[in-house]
Amino acid sequence: MSVLVYTENWDGKFKKLSFELVSYATGVAKMLSTSVTAVSIGKVDESELKKLGNYGADKIISVSNDQLIALDSQAYTSVISEISQKENATVIIISNNNTGKAIAPRLSVRLKAGVGSGVSKLPLNLNPFTVYKRTYSGNAFAHVVIKSDVKIITLAQNSFDLIEIANNATIENLNVPIDGSLLKTVVKDVQKQTGKIVLTDADIVVSGGRGMKSPDNWPSLVELATLLGAATACSRPVSDEGWRPNDEHTGQTGKIIAPNLYIAVGISGATQHLAGISSSKYIVAINTDKDAPIFEASQYGIVGDAMKVLPKLVAAVKEIK
Amino acid sequence: MKILVCISNVPDTTTKIKFAEGNTSIDTTGIQWVINPWDELSLTRALELKDDAASGIKSVTVVHVGPSTSEPTIRKALAIGADDAIRVNAESSEAWFVAFQIAEVVKKEQFDIIMCGIESSDYNGSVVGGMISEFLGIPSVSAVSGIKIENGQPVMTREIDGGKEVVIVPAPFVAIVQKGIAKEPRIAAMRGIMMARSKPVKLVESVAVEPLTQIVVFEKPAPRAACKFIDADNPAQLIDLLQNEAKVI
Ligand SMILES: Cc1cc2nc3c(=O)[nH]c(=O)nc-3n(C[C@H](O)[C@H](O)[C@H](O)COP(=O)(O)OP(=O)(O)OC[C@H]3O[C@@H](n4cnc5c(N)ncnc54)[C@H](O)[C@@H]3O)c2cc1C
Ligand SMILES: Nc1ncnc2c1ncn2[C@@H]1O[C@H](COP(=O)(O)O)[C@@H](O)[C@H]1O
Repeated sequence: MSVLVYTENWDGKFKKLSFELVSYATGVAKMLSTSVTAVSIGKVDESELKKLGNYGADKIISVSNDQLIALDSQAYTSVISEISQKENATVIIISNNNTGKAIAPRLSVRLKAGVGSGVSKLPLNLNPFTVYKRTYSGNAFAHVVIKSDVKIITLAQNSFDLIEIANNATIENLNVPIDGSLLKTVVKDVQKQTGKIVLTDADIVVSGGRGMKSPDNWPSLVELATLLGAATACSRPVSDEGWRPNDEHTGQTGKIIAPNLYIAVGISGATQHLAGISSSKYIVAINTDKDAPIFEASQYGIVGDAMKVLPKLVAAVKEIK
Repeated sequence: MKILVCISNVPDTTTKIKFAEGNTSIDTTGIQWVINPWDELSLTRALELKDDAASGIKSVTVVHVGPSTSEPTIRKALAIGADDAIRVNAESSEAWFVAFQIAEVVKKEQFDIIMCGIESSDYNGSVVGGMISEFLGIPSVSAVSGIKIENGQPVMTREIDGGKEVVIVPAPFVAIVQKGIAKEPRIAAMRGIMMARSKPVKLVESVAVEPLTQIVVFEKPAPRAACKFIDADNPAQLIDLLQNEAKVI
């Protein structure tokens, strides 16, 4: 028996997300009195792999196969399912991000393992195995029993605190032969944005809505974000109008994020917007309308004109930085 | 080529969710049911592709796993423009069960492109599309933000961390769609509504499969503390609170 965790890397480096997954897996393994095996796919050097041990991984299996450079959901599923059978994994943990969403359901069918997706707490119960997941876009949470022998959990991003435990993990480099006929995804072009903080990774997000009035008013919002090391986001009408790029749109039909701090400027707080941000640890709202629903979701609020408040906030942050 | 669009029937996105007695299900009184927003957008894109004669898309079918009470949602999809519909007659209890039923439908009817949404707004599972593809042993592409047909070949754009990739996979495949797939959902016109009445809805009985998961109870999100208001003339106080009370900056 073991807990298996799939740790994603980006150009050979792990991010906080990977350590969060291992911390969570360690918590589950403790409940089950078993060990944690972390799987890494891609070229990651040994010193980087070792870092997974700092969060409790006992064993690290590194697969660095040239055929696995692009995400091919079938090939990745084969590799992970093979390893999980070899390791006799009873619980498999994967992120609930794009990659996890591509792999977890396929793995579920392959292993006949029920999936609890978007889980944000340690299992509530082991017998029956019960997880806590987001439903109705954050308007409700469900206790879900997974009945199969093998269980898959996809962990909501930024929902579990990092726990450092010195652990000397063993590293195994595994060469998994891949059936070439499984590799069906051909990547014709890659367009990467560089230098921008990835919205779904950001600890702090500064977001603007229609209350910002015009795209010309964004520089002070962007300046605040830059000073705070934050990513920028927006409401749907703002991206629909083309005031901001599409990939900044948060909400039910945009990105679902859970930063430590979400600053909503000129956003009314429609349920569809809240669906994407309600898991943020702290929400701050700046809005001229004291009755705007966003204030009900916020811990801190300023009733005021964004155009006047933003420059003052920028000045105040400069004071402390 | 034939497209199958999987549609899920969900409460309107503005619904205030209440639970029924015992908190084991939601209270459905007064709920307005709609096509899951992603599925509405994937249907829109499928129809746009079909409108372009050069694409080679011959038909757009919608499939839904659900009881007869979800018929109005299926009719709405037909009114928007789907050619025909298939309803698997069963309570859509759980992802594994639903995906299994849709895979069975595809095995019998052969589609080239199967479109699913990235998540249903009720269960928020993000799994049905991937499961269908694995049941069928065909490729799946996730986080698809665009699809077009170039010389008879479907070409997709998918979101990756901090960027985009243009990918192709051989048909048949499952495209799991997200933001960007279509701009605005297509709305049913009067003529469409009239025509929908005579379009075929094929009823299929479900295949018995053991569900792997079960919701035992719902709960409301933990209430947030009341909002602390800070004077608009003194935003420095907000920065102080964020730094020293919330400790987030
Ligand atoms: C199926 C569906 C899915 C949807 N998905 C999403 C989604 O994913 N994300 C999303 O965001 N929306 C989504 N929407 C739209 C959503 O319902 C709202 O229309 C939208 O969130 C409103 O955006 P907003 O808050 O920027 O604009 P508004 O609602 O227009 O609010 C602007 C706010 O700014 C305030 N304001 C005005 N002037 C100022 C000023 N000078 N300074 C400060 N504040 C000011 C106003 O008081 C107001 O509260 C969806 C809708 C549907 C039907
Ligand atoms: N009962 C259903 N009938 C048909 N398609 C469904 C059903 N439930 C989910 N789907 C499809 O699967 C997608 C993802 O759903 P989920 O895995 O529940 O988040 C939805 O956007 C639909 O395309």
